[in-house]
Order: sequence, then C-alpha cells, then structure tokens
Amino acid sequence: MTSRSRYLKVESLARVEGEGALRIVVDRGVVEAAELHIYEPPRFFEALLRGRAYTEPPDITSRICGICPVAYQVSACNALEQACGVELDPPLIDLRRLLYCGEWIASHCLHMFLLHIPDFLGYPDAVALARAEPGLVEQGLSMKKAGNTLLEVLGGRAIHPVNVKLGGFYSVPDPRDLAPVAERLRAGLDAAVRTARQIARFDFPDAELDCELLAADHPERYPIETGEIHTSSGMRFPAAEFTRHVVERQGRHSTALYATLDGRRYATGPLARYTLNFPQLSATARQVANEIGLGSACRNPFRSILVRLVEVVYAMEEALTLIAGYRRPLRPAVPVRSRARTGHGVSEAPRGLLYHRYDIGVDGLVSAAEIIPPTSQNQAAMEEDLRRVVAANLDLSDATLTALCERTIRNHDPCISCSAHFLTLDMVGR
Amino acid sequence: MTTTPTLAVWKFTSCDGCQLTLLDCEDELLALAGQIRIAHFTEASSAAEPGPYDVSLVEGSVTTPEELRRITEIREQSRILVAIGACATHGGIQALRNFADTAEFTSAVYASPEYIDTLATSTPISDHVPVDYELRGCPIDRRQLLDTLCAFLAGRAPDIPNTSVCTECKRRGTTCVTVAEGIPCLGPVTQAGCGALCPAYHRGCFGCFGPMAEPNIHALLPILRVNGMSVDDVDRVFATYAAAAPEFAEPRRDQP
Repeated sequence: MTSRSRYLKVESLARVEGEGALRIVVDRGVVEAAELHIYEPPRFFEALLRGRAYTEPPDITSRICGICPVAYQVSACNALEQACGVELDPPLIDLRRLLYCGEWIASHCLHMFLLHIPDFLGYPDAVALARAEPGLVEQGLSMKKAGNTLLEVLGGRAIHPVNVKLGGFYSVPDPRDLAPVAERLRAGLDAAVRTARQIARFDFPDAELDCELLAADHPERYPIETGEIHTSSGMRFPAAEFTRHVVERQGRHSTALYATLDGRRYATGPLARYTLNFPQLSATARQVANEIGLGSACRNPFRSILVRLVEVVYAMEEALTLIAGYRRPLRPAVPVRSRARTGHGVSEAPRGLLYHRYDIGVDGLVSAAEIIPPTSQNQAAMEEDLRRVVAANLDLSDATLTALCERTIRNHDPCISCSAHFLTLDMVGR
Repeated sequence: MTTTPTLAVWKFTSCDGCQLTLLDCEDELLALAGQIRIAHFTEASSAAEPGPYDVSLVEGSVTTPEELRRITEIREQSRILVAIGACATHGGIQALRNFADTAEFTSAVYASPEYIDTLATSTPISDHVPVDYELRGCPIDRRQLLDTLCAFLAGRAPDIPNTSVCTECKRRGTTCVTVAEGIPCLGPVTQAGCGALCPAYHRGCFGCFGPMAEPNIHALLPILRVNGMSVDDVDRVFATYAAAAPEFAEPRRDQP
C-alpha cells in the first residue's frame, strides 16, 4: 500500500468555519505535499478600514468572524486605546473580560459539541449524534447557551454584539440582570465537569506538535482579553513588537498568508495557551485537567478537545467570580480622544492570539490597519501536523486516511472566514 | 422515502455568522432537526445529500466567478430560497469595494495580488437569481429565522416586517435616544427585525438591517447633523453594513 502514489483530496472541508480544502500527495511512501487550502473569497477588511473613524474598527472588524466577533472587538479596542493613550477603569476591564468569557464558552462548546465530538464517535454531525447520545448533545447545547446568554445580556446579541465601545461599553448591566446568567453558568460548570469524564474516555490518536508555542501572558490572570506575548522558547515581548517577530508571507500554493516567528514555524491556540499558562488556571480547572489525565502541558492536537473543556471550566468559573464581584461602574466608558499615533493590540481568541495594528491620522481617521488572525499564524503548523499524521498512517485506506486528515485540521478549530488575509486558489489536480 | 422536508444551508462571501445563528438555536435545534431534515450544511455536517431541497438558506454575497455559477445551480435545486443576512441581501460590508478600486484594495492587502481571483463588486443574491424571502441583518435575528422556518413548516408565508426600527423601540418601551439625549440614530429609516436592540443598549441604530421600504432619509439627515454628525460621519454611517443598498448609497443622500 505504501509503495504506490496516492492523491487524496477533500474538496470542501466540513465542520469548520469558512471554506477550506485539503490536498495530500504521497509518492512511494513519501509525503510530497500536505496542504490546507483556504479558498474563502477575500473581503479586504484591511483596505476598507482605511478612512474610517478611529471609533469604528471594533464594530467593523467583528464582521470578519461570526464565531469570534468579541475577539475582534477586543483586539481592536486594545490597539486603538493604546494609540489614544487610554486605560480602562478596573471595573470596565473586568466587564470586558466577562464578555470575552461568554465568547470562549460559546465558541469552545460550539466546536466541541457540534463540530468536533462527532469525529470521535463516528457520526457526520451533532444531529446524528444526538439520536444515539441525546444526553451528551443536550448537555453541550445547554453549556453553549450559558455562554451565549452571557453574550446577549452584556453585548446585546451573541453574534456581532452591539454594546462594545472604545473605552468600555455603551451601557453597563444592572447586577440583577446578571443573576439569571450566573444561574446558567453554575449549571454549565457542573455539566462541564461531568462531560469532562465522558470526553476523557474517547480514543485519542498519537500526534505531537513539535513547533514553538505562542500565547498571551498576563501577570495575574489566565490570558484572555489582553496581555504581553510569550513563547515556549522563553521569548517575551509586548504587542507593539509583534510584527518585529511575526512575519507573514504569501505563498503561491497556499490560499492563506503564512506567519513565522523569527523565521520559525509556531502555533497559537488552546494547546499553546494551556501549556504556557497552566499555573494560572483556577484550582477547579487544574483539578479537572488532572482528573482527565492532561498534565500541565499538552501538545497532542487530538487532545485539544480536552484542553478546550478545561478552558470552558475555567471561563465559567471566572465568569461566576467576575459576576459575584460586580458592582455597577460609575461610568460605562472612559472617554477616548483620537491621537495621531499607531496602536497595537492582542487578545486570545478561542482559537489563538489575534493581533491588530492601526495607524490613526491627525484627522481621527484610520490610515492603515493590519490584522493577523490565529488561523494564518497556525497555517504552517497545521500543514506540518497534517504531514506527520499522513506519514505515520500510510497503511490506512484512502478513505480512512482522508477522514483522519480532516480530523487533523478540525483539531485546530481553524476559523477560515477570517479572510481579511486569505486568497482564492484554483485546485491543482495531479 | 421519507416525506420530511429538506433544508440546505449555503455559504457565499461572508463571516459565517448568519448560518451560525441556526446553531445558536440551542433550545430548538434538535426539535427543528426532527421536523426538517438538514440535507446540506457544510459548517455543521460532513454528510451532504444531493438536491433538490425544499428550502435553501443562502448566506453571503456574490464576489467570485465561481459564486456566480454556484448561485444559479442552488436556485435550480431549491423550491424556496431565502437570502439570509446583510451580505446576501445587500452585498455586506465587503460591498464597499463597489465604490472603490478593487484592484487597489487587492494590492493593499496582498503582496502578490495576481493570485487573487475576485469580482470587482460584491452583490446581493437577488441580483443574480429570484429570491423568495430575505432576512435582513448583520447578523440575522434568531427569532426571525425560527419564525421563517416554522412558517414554512406550517405552510404559510413568513411574517417579515417592513416597518422601521422606531416601531420596535416603541413596542419595547425604550425611550427614544435621539429625542431624549440627542444620540444620532438610524432607527427611523432602518428596517425592523432586530427588536430595536441598539437603542435598548443606549446606542443609536447604525442600520445593520438595511433600509426599510421607502425610507425618508432626507428628513433624517438634518436631525443627524443637529445631533453632531458631520457630513463625513453621515456618509460613513450609511456606508457600512448595507453600503450597496440604493437607498443608503451616497448619490441619493446628497440630493436636496
């Protein structure tokens, strides 16, 4: 089987957000190509941001992604607030983190229960899975709903929330509005801990990311809404120095821009966040992690579902802590006046670090914007992961190997519609 | 053969947010899946059945030659076609390219623009094929989506409003942000359907559901200006999520 040439192709990758495809070429046992093609049409966000008011990027860039709009809103706010020299009042920082917890919960649960678990149990989708295991899917949907309820109460709606503003919020909730949310989160936390034991019994193929890991770093908290950047090789730098280290290049064979870290392949996302910041998880999250055998580091992408679950436990607990300590802030937002400066901002989208840079002109308009989404940072690592998985499983049939390749990409939860940076590509047959 | 009606969900140029709205119906998703068979939905399922389909939900705008071809095919395969969201109904925010030089946009974003295969315009689905219904919004409203699917199952037409956001504000009991606080708001000219969300959050409507039927934009312009918006501010707020809607497009605004 390994002696012949094989060409595996997935024309449209299912259960990922956005449009992508795979192309694998194996010639006499050697993996010649393992490519993730992203054929999402470009939407030119960085171009259409030019000439918009400095207050607009949080709303506009949220439209890059329907799954992680808060990540775009917050990275944009961080960059613009840095440019304007503004710091949020501490209660507003907490409220922003609380909103982001909602997105982590909703996005991770969407990925785990609707897109990822079917892979482990051999179903094409969550609806088919629900016929066999209704309890598991219903539990997952109720956990997801806890996140979405938090987004709706604090942000107005779960997709493209309307309440995020430069400097804070348009309005801040009455603590009484958050009480029913807390109730859902408490039930969700119990469900997450129960689910952890179920998911830990899945069969996880062997695989390992051997590249450098990159995540945000915050002195006091598990990184979510902001931070500096640190890596597994010990690098540490602020958002403002991001593009000194992370460089994107455009490749002809690929549909996305490839980012490298000082010329090296690297990965961002749950595995990186978890491995670099394990000590900052809550006691409950660490306990769940230990119970399901994760340890303090995880580099197996197939086990990313367990890491996401631990992060959901953390986000639910963190949200409950933030709600318990919530007092209505004196003002919903800090005033932000424009300055002719450049600002850089990062935050941890559920699927990895998201960098924004804006140049603001003297007229208060954006003169240039740069957005580096997690999927473009992970593209090289995903392809390397794909190559290794194919090389290690050449004895599988074409159909089984193709399915394993699709799983390999879904492990990373790529957010392909972050197409600010993605190109179209004609599939090349062979 | 089962007689369960079939649903297909299609993505064109978009952020996925509108089709995601279906997966955000946590309480209704499994019940709905019992009433209507999800026959094609790439974001949610690895299984795909061939058409024809009873209902197709189409998200996103048409921006590539391939999408031009695909929309015709989907129309032929669909008994009822519903365009969902601002991209599918108005071209989305990416329709700002319609008023710019797309080649320049391309070279601003990509080092090797020659690899890019894109149309110079971003257009709504109804520019290319007949559309049975349109759900507005960036993103669509979950309740409206559910109502539309339920209407289909009940054999009636969906109840899609064509009034302004103002009517929803009144029903919700929200104090008018413009009258009470001088906050500029596009509510008077924007189609209802969101439940008057932004004013309830102390923010003026920014028009993400696009223009209502026959909006009186010229009556609103002086009010926006009195409330502190410059001519450029007004231009920008209309040129956002439904920039390509003729009623919101620039030439019309500057006429007396």
